[in-house]
This record gives sequence, structure tokens and C-alpha cells, in this order.
Amino acid sequence: MSLIDSVSLPRNFRLTRMDGLIQWILPLAIIAIWQVATVTGFVPTRVLPAPSDVVLAGWKLLLSGELIRNIWVSFWRASIGFLIGGSIGFAFGLANGLSQLSARLTDTMLQMVRNVPHLALIPLVILWFGIDESAKLFLVALGVFFPIYLNTLHGIRTVDPQLIEMGRIYGMSDGELFRRVIFPGALPSIFVGIRFALGIMWLTLIVAETIAASSGLGYMAMQAREFMLIDVVVLSILIYALLGKLADSASRVLERATLAWHPAFQKR
Amino acid sequence: MQTALRAAFSESELASRANFVPHARAAREERPVHTSGLPLSIRGLRKSFGDNEVLRGIDLHIPVGQFVAIVGKSGCGKSTLLRLIAGLEKIDAGSISFGDEVQAEDIRVMFQEPRLLPWARVLANVEVGLGRDRATSDAQLRAEKALAEVGLADKRDQWPSVLSGGQKQRVALARALVSRPRVLAFDEPLGALDALTRISMQRLLERVWRDQGFTAILVTHDVSEAVALADRVLVIEEGRIAHDVMVNASRPRERGSVELAGLEGSILSHLLSADDRT
Repeated sequence: MSLIDSVSLPRNFRLTRMDGLIQWILPLAIIAIWQVATVTGFVPTRVLPAPSDVVLAGWKLLLSGELIRNIWVSFWRASIGFLIGGSIGFAFGLANGLSQLSARLTDTMLQMVRNVPHLALIPLVILWFGIDESAKLFLVALGVFFPIYLNTLHGIRTVDPQLIEMGRIYGMSDGELFRRVIFPGALPSIFVGIRFALGIMWLTLIVAETIAASSGLGYMAMQAREFMLIDVVVLSILIYALLGKLADSASRVLERATLAWHPAFQKR
Repeated sequence: MQTALRAAFSESELASRANFVPHARAAREERPVHTSGLPLSIRGLRKSFGDNEVLRGIDLHIPVGQFVAIVGKSGCGKSTLLRLIAGLEKIDAGSISFGDEVQAEDIRVMFQEPRLLPWARVLANVEVGLGRDRATSDAQLRAEKALAEVGLADKRDQWPSVLSGGQKQRVALARALVSRPRVLAFDEPLGALDALTRISMQRLLERVWRDQGFTAILVTHDVSEAVALADRVLVIEEGRIAHDVMVNASRPRERGSVELAGLEGSILSHLLSADDRT
């Protein structure tokens, strides 16, 4: 027993360190091939700038302060929109999961709205809000609302009824039943909704910023296109990729912290 | 050395006695008063679901502290009877009385599934069983004692998902016991366990029942389990009590003894002959 432990421990450790690096092998290899292809002229720089040029463009924009400002603006829009849409979606999910009356009253209406692609509302939203902040926030909030609403609702509806009966037998009040049984039971599903919503959040924001904005990453990319600054266009696309990955990692950390009880998140 | 041995036993779940006894003795010595069971009187009890009349008039008296096993074919109404006693279903007609003022904490049920909260540690799961006393300052202490009684004190900080089926069911038993119930109803609590774990759980049930003196009602489809544990076996057929058999064998009972085997045989033949008639 102790022999097996002492042998397997360092090996596990090495494996986890490898796991951390392994995910970056593919992106780094692609960048290397890309660099070689552009430097040798195999791909003309009019089509795709070299990664080094992209880094250089990024450095220049960083020095001028323009990059930080645009990232900050986009990040701010994404988070505020997510918070607004997410909380409303969560609230409706709770209400409709817990109350039959509320579900009958609002669910049909919400399902109808859900089937309208929210990006199709852009022309209408521009007419309503112009191109200022509220238009972008509205679109992000609308996009984020549905995955969180649906998954919260699903999570609450699928909590094991045997556990709810158990809670009732052991004299839990409604509030306690929610806190100790229903909410923790719905949490894995709520996290699925959050991760879907994070993807939709970036997508909506990019589209909204490229169509109607005067700041932000999407605006930066559109401006660069006007002036044929292809390195800046590629730069903004890469930053979107990084921000998306960052948001996903943040939700994973939160998931691990709150779902430690779940067999899928326990150390193997 | 000794602790290592004990841990090894609890892993295998085989040697129930060697493992449970030291914990149990410690728990017993600290208990101030013996809680006593409640008598149970059932009169003219009827229950139907839609057109299906499940219980057709049950009359039954269970004295304080008796261990009653209820057997019968599936669908005979034995689980419904148990759920009515536990207050999980509404009574259509008739009455169930406990001869005393009862509180929710006095009557507990243990199900076939452990029904543990997967997101709560073992100890917190046991604390759930305290009912309204959950918020009191000695809640944790009482939960620890109940956990020691079923021999799982060392698992207090584990998640339920890492426990074996038998260990989960023992945690469920600790949760049922922690409020010192006066009536404990078992709805096939050992139905999903393997044969060896079952036997060690039966011994555990018998031991806590003898220690605490609650009135025990066990619904089971296993006649040998019924005669091994109970003072009295009720056979239910078509919503009525068809046979009421006393088991007078002395305790601790030897499994597979001639006396118990004979009794088991006669109860089984009752059940099977009823099968032939229909």
C-alpha cells in the first residue's frame, strides 16, 4: 500500500504539470508555422500579417493607450450586460422552477421571444437606443438571458424528488429546503448555462461593436479595416480569443470551488 | 495497530461486530436517559389511489418497543401502510394513534435509497436528521455520536459519493437515529445491498433497536430477514393482514437455525399458496 503510494505520487505530479503545458502545444505550433509561412512569402502579408507584425502592432497600440482603453470598454460592456441579463434570467428561472403559476404566466411568452435570433433585433435596437452604451448592453443582456434562464429552470425542475421528500420529512422549512436541497441540486445545471452564456456574450458584443459603436475592440477592428491595417484586425481577433478563454477559465474555477462534492470534480 | 485493523474492517464492511461495538459502547455510556418507544394503534385503516383500493381495513396494535416486520407480495400495500404510519400519505378512512403526543422528530423513516444530500459532508447529512434542533449548539455533537453508533465516525468529513452502498445506508440510519425517534419505520432499507453487507446491516439494526428501545416497523420482501429480526411478522395480502405470526426465538438469533428456518418456510408457503389461488 505504502509502496504504491510513494511510487504513484510523484508520477501523478509530473502528469498534472504536463497537463498544464500540453494544452498550449497546439496554439504555439500554429503560431510558429504561421510565422514561417509569412516570412518565407508562402502567404502574402496582404492576406495575413506575420505574428511578429501583429505583436508589434499590439505593442504600438499598447503604448498609445488605445488598446487598453478599447479592451476595458469591451470588458465593461460584456460584464455589465452579463450581470443584467444573467440576473434576470436567473430570477425567472427560479420563479418558474418553483412556482407553477409563474411558469404558466411567463414561460410561453419567453419561449416565443427565445426563438427570435437576438441579433436580428440590431436594426430595431439602433432605432431605439442609437449607438450608445445602452444598445450594446441591451443586446448582450438579451443574449445572455436565455441560456441562464433555461438551465436554471431545468436544474430546479430536475432536482431529485426523493431528496425533496426527505427534506420535508426532516422538517425543513421552504427557505431551508431551497438553500439546502433545491439550489445546490440545480447548481451544476446553472453552471452549464453560465458557460453557454459567456460564449454568447462575446459573440453578441463583437457583432454589436462592429455594426454600431465608437469604441471597443470591435470598433478598433472596423477602423483598422477602413485603413487596411490588417495586423490590427488580426490582433483584435486574437484578443477576443484570449478574453473568451479567460472567461471560460474563470467559470471553471468557480465551478470547481462550488461543486467539490460532485464526483466529476473530485481529484482522480 | 488496533486503529489500523479497525479501518481495514470498515473498508471491507464484513466484520460488523468487531467494528461497531467499541464506538457503540462509548455512545451508550454518555446517554442520559433511555428514550422509550411509542405504542401504535391502527383502526379500520383504508387507502386507495384512484380506483385502486390498496388497503382495505387494517386493524393492528403494536406494543411499545416491538419489532414488527411486514411482508407480502409487491403491490400488496405494505409500503403504503408504512407511508401512512410515517405520515407521508393522507389517510382515507380509519385512524392511526400513537398513544401519546407525538412530534415530527419522534417518527423517522429509512428508505431503500439512502437519500443523502450529495453536496453535504457526511456529518452535515446526519445533522439534517435533527429536524428543528438543527440550529442548537449541541447539534454537531449529537450528529457525531449518531455517526459513531453506526461505526462511521472516521467518515464525518467525506462526501457521500466516495462511500460504498452499505456505508451510505449506515449514514442514512445515523440520520434517522440522531433525533432519538420513538418509532422507526424501515421501507426495505437493505433491499439494494449485497448479501454480506445485508447481514452486517441486519445486525446493526437489531443492535440499535435493542439499545434504544424504539418501536420498529420493517417492510421487507425477504422473509428470512423478517424472521431473523422481528418479534412479530405480519403477512399482508390484498390490503388486509392475512397472518400475524409471533417469532419467539431468543436473541441474539442464529441465522439459519432450524427454528427460524421452519418459521420462514411456513410464512413462505402462506405467501405462495395465496399466489396459487389467484
